[in-house]
Amino acid sequence: MKEIRIHGRGGQGAVTAAVLLADAAFNDGLYSQAFPSFGSERMGAPVQSFVRVDNDIIRRRDQVYTPDYLIIQDYTLLSAINVLYGLKEDGLCLIDSEKTPEEFDLDTKAKVVTVPATRIAREVIGRPIQNTTLVGALAGATGLISVEAIKNSVKNRFPGAIGEKNAEAVQVAYDMLKGGR
Amino acid sequence: MRKFIEGSMAVAEAVKLCRPHVISAYPITPQTHIVEHLSQMVADGEVNAQFINVESEFGAASVVLGASAAGGRAFSATTSQGLLLMGEVIFNIAGLRLPVVITVANRSISAPINIWNDHSDAMAIRDAGWIMLFAEDNQEAHDMHLQAYKIGETPEISLPVMINMDGFILTHAFEGVDVISQEEADSFLPPFKPAVHLDVKNPVTMGVLAEPQWYMEARCRMQEALYESRPVIKQAARDFKGKFGRWYGDVIDTYRIDGAETVFVAMGSLIGTLKDAVDDLRGKGEKVGLLKIRCFRPFPGQEIAEALKNTRRVAIMEKAFSLGASGILGDEIKAALYATPYRPEISTFFIGLGGRDIPKSSIVNVYNQVKAKQQNNVFVDLKTELVK
Amino acid sequence: MARPIGTYSKPGSSKANKTGSWRTEKPVFLHDKCTDCRICVIVCPDGIIFGADKIYDPDYDYCKGCGICAKECPVDDIKMVPEVR
Repeated sequence: MKEIRIHGRGGQGAVTAAVLLADAAFNDGLYSQAFPSFGSERMGAPVQSFVRVDNDIIRRRDQVYTPDYLIIQDYTLLSAINVLYGLKEDGLCLIDSEKTPEEFDLDTKAKVVTVPATRIAREVIGRPIQNTTLVGALAGATGLISVEAIKNSVKNRFPGAIGEKNAEAVQVAYDMLKGGR
Repeated sequence: MRKFIEGSMAVAEAVKLCRPHVISAYPITPQTHIVEHLSQMVADGEVNAQFINVESEFGAASVVLGASAAGGRAFSATTSQGLLLMGEVIFNIAGLRLPVVITVANRSISAPINIWNDHSDAMAIRDAGWIMLFAEDNQEAHDMHLQAYKIGETPEISLPVMINMDGFILTHAFEGVDVISQEEADSFLPPFKPAVHLDVKNPVTMGVLAEPQWYMEARCRMQEALYESRPVIKQAARDFKGKFGRWYGDVIDTYRIDGAETVFVAMGSLIGTLKDAVDDLRGKGEKVGLLKIRCFRPFPGQEIAEALKNTRRVAIMEKAFSLGASGILGDEIKAALYATPYRPEISTFFIGLGGRDIPKSSIVNVYNQVKAKQQNNVFVDLKTELVK
Repeated sequence: MARPIGTYSKPGSSKANKTGSWRTEKPVFLHDKCTDCRICVIVCPDGIIFGADKIYDPDYDYCKGCGICAKECPVDDIKMVPEVR
């Protein structure tokens, strides 16, 4: 089982990102589960969402305490709350940032990867909403889910031109992180 | 067809399959998505029902009462304060023996205000006379709706059914669900044919005054009908398995209970995490199993006692309790065992109140506590510094 | 004697919540053509623009980057720039 925890702020689409990841895994023929951290929704408040992916049926429903992969949508959360808790040593932490992983100097043995997702989203989608871009980046960095499945999930979720643009941003981020960065 | 959908959508799809005539509800977190989906389906013409917007949950419950009395298949959904606001009508629906189905997206009760999951809402109206089922996952919640109408509309039962599914934990979780086809649903659930309904051509009065000479008899018949519903609930589960191949237990279910010295007891979505915890503990050589209560009303005391007869210790995990008294499941299970020679050591725990997450590690802690000594009404993961 | 837990809360909790981290765009006050009209001070929905004598600035701890000040400034003396993260 692979467990993913996404840290973002209300309005950044952390829940949608989790659903897209799990939906794509489902379409890849895996068992998957996605759920939010169930806050009272406020724009900007720290939020979490969770994904589990497995070859077998998933029964547990507790939150993700020892993630294999972390997605940090807003790096200011790194100083606000302990987003790294429980991250596995052989895991991966993906951060939306223009900075290099070294600049963050995070207290973890896990691999830290950065991707300028907000910039990609601004350039490709035309809006600074980077949740789909980060999903593509995670697929590229981990190979957990196929990029085709993610693009299909994105296009199903957002029909029309906006879906096409989001799928393009997924591909850009995927290509950027595929094979390491 | 297997679809990746939200728990609320799994419910809406199931309600659609039941071909309701009337849906009425008032939005309240975390029930909202269920009725949003249904409202959309009605607006899109996918469901040939009247969706009646109301001013409150009291109105919603009153609408489905009236619709069912008029011979229609009626559905509503609510939670928490909404269920409490329905309260008076909830008792009347049962007393009138109307087979309404209501889905409760279980949530805590105020004050303090809390929108998250526990079982306080369902437990607060447990004496209303409804059949009360608890779903373990979204597939079971989906499937349970077809079973619910079948059970409630059985002429000799004629009782409303409340489907409980944990708010947020299930309603807002996305996972794969086998959505039943309309054809299959129709072959499982026949149309509702009430013995008596409100009809201008054959007038009757519903909601009558029962004088002291026969009120007690009416309540006695309700009590009997609830007990008689147990074999009907079991049959519906068996029929469902025969048709669709899926089984979640009938009134109870057991998991790795053979040879178990310690057995967890719980209801709802906690069962999934408990199964994983049981597997982990079994893997370490611990003799542990699980008893799931699927039907809380009528209370399956005999079935529970029978399932626990060879067990040394029982750990009951409750998402609600009776303030000023004790754990509700705990007391009822103890009462059920009192009628038998079986005397396992019973420990009771309050867990996950107001949406506090229940990590697998907390379950393992509970197990270790129970193994060390018997525990009474322990609040699991309580922040003791806040209650000094 | 305090009331029991869960029955009351004290005022001022929004001060602790530094909402400035929500920004994706940031208003930069150019201090060039300002006429002291104070429209930015009035329209800011969070009430966090302070100053006097043609020098006004937002409190970035709480500015969410909504851009209303920049839109309403009659002399275009406020510029929205991307918040680089």
